[in-house]
Amino acid sequence: MKEEQSANKGGVRVDTREKIARRAEKEIESGNYVNLGIGIPTLVANFITENKQVVLQSENGLLGIGPYPTEGELDADLINAGKETVTAIPGSVYFDSSESFAMIRGGHVDVAILGGMEVSQNGDLANWMIPGKMVKGMGGAMDLVHGARKTIVIMDHVNKHGQSKILKECQLPLTGKGVVQRIITDRAVMDVGSHGLELIEVAEGYSVEDILNCTEADMTVSEKVKLQAF
Amino acid sequence: MKKIYSDFNEAVSGIKDGMTLMVGGFGLCGIPENLIKALADSRVTDLTVISNNCGVDDWGLGLLLKNKQIKKIIGSYVGENKEFERQMLAGEIEVELTPQGTLAEKIRAGGAGIPAFFTPAGVGTPIADGKEVREFNGKEYLLEESLTADFSLIRAWKADKMGNLIYNKTARNFNPMIAAAGKITIAEVEEIVETGDLDSDFIHSPGIYVQALIQGNQEKRIERRTVRQ
Repeated sequence: MKEEQSANKGGVRVDTREKIARRAEKEIESGNYVNLGIGIPTLVANFITENKQVVLQSENGLLGIGPYPTEGELDADLINAGKETVTAIPGSVYFDSSESFAMIRGGHVDVAILGGMEVSQNGDLANWMIPGKMVKGMGGAMDLVHGARKTIVIMDHVNKHGQSKILKECQLPLTGKGVVQRIITDRAVMDVGSHGLELIEVAEGYSVEDILNCTEADMTVSEKVKLQAF
Repeated sequence: MKKIYSDFNEAVSGIKDGMTLMVGGFGLCGIPENLIKALADSRVTDLTVISNNCGVDDWGLGLLLKNKQIKKIIGSYVGENKEFERQMLAGEIEVELTPQGTLAEKIRAGGAGIPAFFTPAGVGTPIADGKEVREFNGKEYLLEESLTADFSLIRAWKADKMGNLIYNKTARNFNPMIAAAGKITIAEVEEIVETGDLDSDFIHSPGIYVQALIQGNQEKRIERRTVRQ
């Protein structure tokens, strides 16, 4: 993620990104193989606690992403899927793109954490294009959402116009249909279950009513909903 | 023994207008940068290019975009290239965006003699338009057809004179599948060693997939230079 981008948005925005990333880290268990998408998901790596042994998969062909390199370690031949220079941990492996997606599609990746533009109440995800405006491409997201054992979307709860990004139905072209199991935003955590969307956590500074008011999707509130959760 | 070129312009001289090319690399990592530069100089046009990305505005396949040499591109991610996005939104270039894993498998299958396969990626999305959907064990899958090319341009770290290749770190990416899927594969390598100098157990691409070699110095531009203090 471009540092200047987040810096331009001021301190509040940076804190929000960090808050989401810290909450998302709790989804990762020791021993997991994890794929982190571009943007806020990449930040999650910074918060993985030391008592967890986690192997990060990068779909361009690396199992075992390490920290960013020092100036002296910089290597143009060693990047992550966001095209950032990285290092590799001891015990890491390099492989080609087809093997990388065999791992992903084959159900060997425990957790995929992706960014999102819209998520629907039945777990549809849109995160790759805005017709006529923005076309970046889907990259590996369409494969990841089907292959990972658990797909988690992390994003802001509302867009820059204050509108809900969690909708009854996605308006943008889909990345995958019924593929998201959990949504983590700056305001809440929601699960997509067989009975629809369920609110399970509310962030500090918000009430259950606040979340329901800023969410367009139909949502039930879990009996065990955690308040002041993160 | 493989054909070993010493001149990049000569190496790409067999590539003609209207041909289909596959080009290795992920972003700018592992691209055959000197072969691409020679192709930009050659001004061949109406190319169909199959590559995960399309370079950046002034480097890699972006050089061919700038020259309007590309008629159609098949790739998965174009987010780093403003000229690409402009040509695409303006309808000046035909673009077939393909999920990255599907793209890798289409190329792998092409090189392996498999005409098509089923994958879950893209079911229920615009990618599925016009494609057969079939259910296996209660889940839906899309039929995707494989890809081959007239020429494949790849980058490797070391080659021996039999065309056996070893790649370096994540510069491997799409290169091995692309090597196998081209009718003629030209490998730009950092170093050509004597036959027998590479350990047979540690070769990534067997030389049977490679028709010609050329040694070059790469700039290896970095797209996102991220360092820790």
